[in-house]
Amino acid sequence: MSAAAPRRIRLTPWAGLAALAAVPFIDALLPGGLRLEDPMSEVFIYAILALGLNVLTGFTGLLNLGVAAFAAIGAYAFAIATCEIYPFQLGFWPALGVTVAAGAIAGFALGAPTLRVRGDYLAIVTLGFGEIVKDVLVNLDTITKGTQGINPLPPPSFLGTPLEARGQYWLLLAFVTVTFVGVRALERSRVGRAWISIREDELASRAMGIRPDHAKMLAFATCAALAALAGALMVSRLSSSGEPGNYDFQVSILALCIIIVGGIGSVRGTLVGAIVMVGMNSIVLVKLSELVGSPDAPGAALDEAQGLAKVGVFLRTWAQNVLVNPTNWKFLLFGLALVLMMVFRPQGILPPRPLHEAPPEGGEEGA
Amino acid sequence: MQRAVAAAEQLAILALARADGLPAFAADGALSSWEVFGQQLVTGLSNGMIIALIAIGYTMVYGIVELINFAHGDLCMLGAFFALTAVGALGMSEWGGAGGAVGLVSLLVATAFFCGALNWSINRLAYRPLRKASKLSLLVSAIGASFILVNLGLFWGGMPMDVFAGGNSSAAPKAFPALVEPEPAAHLGDVIVSRPDVLVLLVTVPLMGALTWLVRFTKLGKAMRAVAQNPTAAALMGIDVERVIGATFFIGGSLGGFATVVYSIYNQTVSFQMGYRMGMDAFIAAVLGGIGNLPGAVLGGLLIGVVRAMSDQYIETRWTNAVVFGILILILVFRPSGLLGAKLREKV
Repeated sequence: MSAAAPRRIRLTPWAGLAALAAVPFIDALLPGGLRLEDPMSEVFIYAILALGLNVLTGFTGLLNLGVAAFAAIGAYAFAIATCEIYPFQLGFWPALGVTVAAGAIAGFALGAPTLRVRGDYLAIVTLGFGEIVKDVLVNLDTITKGTQGINPLPPPSFLGTPLEARGQYWLLLAFVTVTFVGVRALERSRVGRAWISIREDELASRAMGIRPDHAKMLAFATCAALAALAGALMVSRLSSSGEPGNYDFQVSILALCIIIVGGIGSVRGTLVGAIVMVGMNSIVLVKLSELVGSPDAPGAALDEAQGLAKVGVFLRTWAQNVLVNPTNWKFLLFGLALVLMMVFRPQGILPPRPLHEAPPEGGEEGA
Repeated sequence: MQRAVAAAEQLAILALARADGLPAFAADGALSSWEVFGQQLVTGLSNGMIIALIAIGYTMVYGIVELINFAHGDLCMLGAFFALTAVGALGMSEWGGAGGAVGLVSLLVATAFFCGALNWSINRLAYRPLRKASKLSLLVSAIGASFILVNLGLFWGGMPMDVFAGGNSSAAPKAFPALVEPEPAAHLGDVIVSRPDVLVLLVTVPLMGALTWLVRFTKLGKAMRAVAQNPTAAALMGIDVERVIGATFFIGGSLGGFATVVYSIYNQTVSFQMGYRMGMDAFIAAVLGGIGNLPGAVLGGLLIGVVRAMSDQYIETRWTNAVVFGILILILVFRPSGLLGAKLREKV
């Protein structure tokens, strides 16, 4: 046995963490339009959601198109547990506990009956689940207040003190960091390796003594619990559950885009994906539309123009109607991200490292 | 004459109910519960035939490449926008009589060709490079294609034309002109069969017949069945597999094109988000009947159409989507092969 190589301390993660932690200070120096605190908070929340999805879809290979439903369940569980119009009125931290438990139970509830559903059929079942949860939340308006949403909700707090914006940012950063480290640890744990082996070959892993049903249920519950946590953090930050329509298919697809662009099954990749995709969605597109402003109302010139000029006016009016607003390009961007990644780089930006690296060249195996 | 006026009134109420989802006859004491049931049955069967035609597009593609073509519903949405543009540019809502009929047929064929060509291109760009990749990559690519089409629909809705309300709010639903007036065409007792109902029948039944003939008795149909059964063996027999797959996408897409024109005339409104709902209904129909199975898709379409109409009437409109998705989940969990499908084993 050769001596263990000295443990290298990798600097990149610590530098990244330090840079993210410094964002509020940097923001203080920047003009209002360029501040990153709010959009980065959104990145963190989506990162937690996507880390959860990565457990189910990335590690275990079960495509979930309804992860937004788990976020919705978390959001409403948190809202009902805390809001003053309900009898519970828990504080922030106990409510988070309730939320995570509710999420895990929802994950079991969806996971148990769908264990026998495979492949793309499972994707469709999860999609249907997402739609049903959304409809139920809208329609049970005596409990959920329908499209009004539940508010006000307590902001995140720490040691009994409600946090202001900067504190909330650090708290979210802490949540992402803990989730990241936790999911990394899970990946290397016994159950994590079981998930990955099920993804690679369910029959073979069963033959090696893994119980796929147990492992899949755990993956469902973990995914749902993390998604519920993300939902609760989101509504706590906004102080309202928002309307159920906020947790629709688009959110599920954004989470899916994040793990695919980042590198499916890769924990580091998920963070990169969250920064790229949510950054694109909530920072670049939003800032661009602020820059463009609202276009001038197209006049009646179209009726007056003649001949070729009419074509020009037609195209210009068309462009003013939709094309100039960058947020109108959102779906195209998501769609292109998915198709292009699948066709040209299916492994994503930061593909997962193999769990067992090949022994180094000339290594003395078993010496 | 009076009867016709009364019937027209009932139809107007029905159309209203379709538009804003109120229970149609709640306030109308004149109709017995059986007539309400019969009227909803007609509506359900008509919508079901349209769903069935779209479902065939799903089932054909699934049968041959085992892909849930997520973009299929949005393809139909773009078809509706194409049709609306043609109607607006040519002023077709003013055409009457024989000219109107010829115009309608041309519109159907042109939209079918548009959707077929678009589906063929999507296959070429987004699916064909992934033939050797995993099923999930293919599905993800299809979801991506679907989002791209939705966005194109949003762009299209901003076109400064009168039919798009000047394009000022591109995301708003657009009214589709009633090329076939919703007037009664026949009475079965007190149940009215409207002219759009007849149009649905006239378009869908011959197409389904033609498709059955194509799949059963032509060389292309035989090649399609061979590729569906075993692509490698089919290739070894000299079949150009990619060409057959391309043809399948074209045919499935063009059926969707026919369906979307009829759908738009029947429901009189189109929006860039309609593809999701249309696609989901049709996909559920295909799964219900047994995916990959053509008669199954038709049966499933009719069932979904009727279930929707009955749920609108007897449960509540706002629960209809949940009911339909609930059915989907129950089928997938308890009988994934569908009503008419054969049992498949994933791995031996």
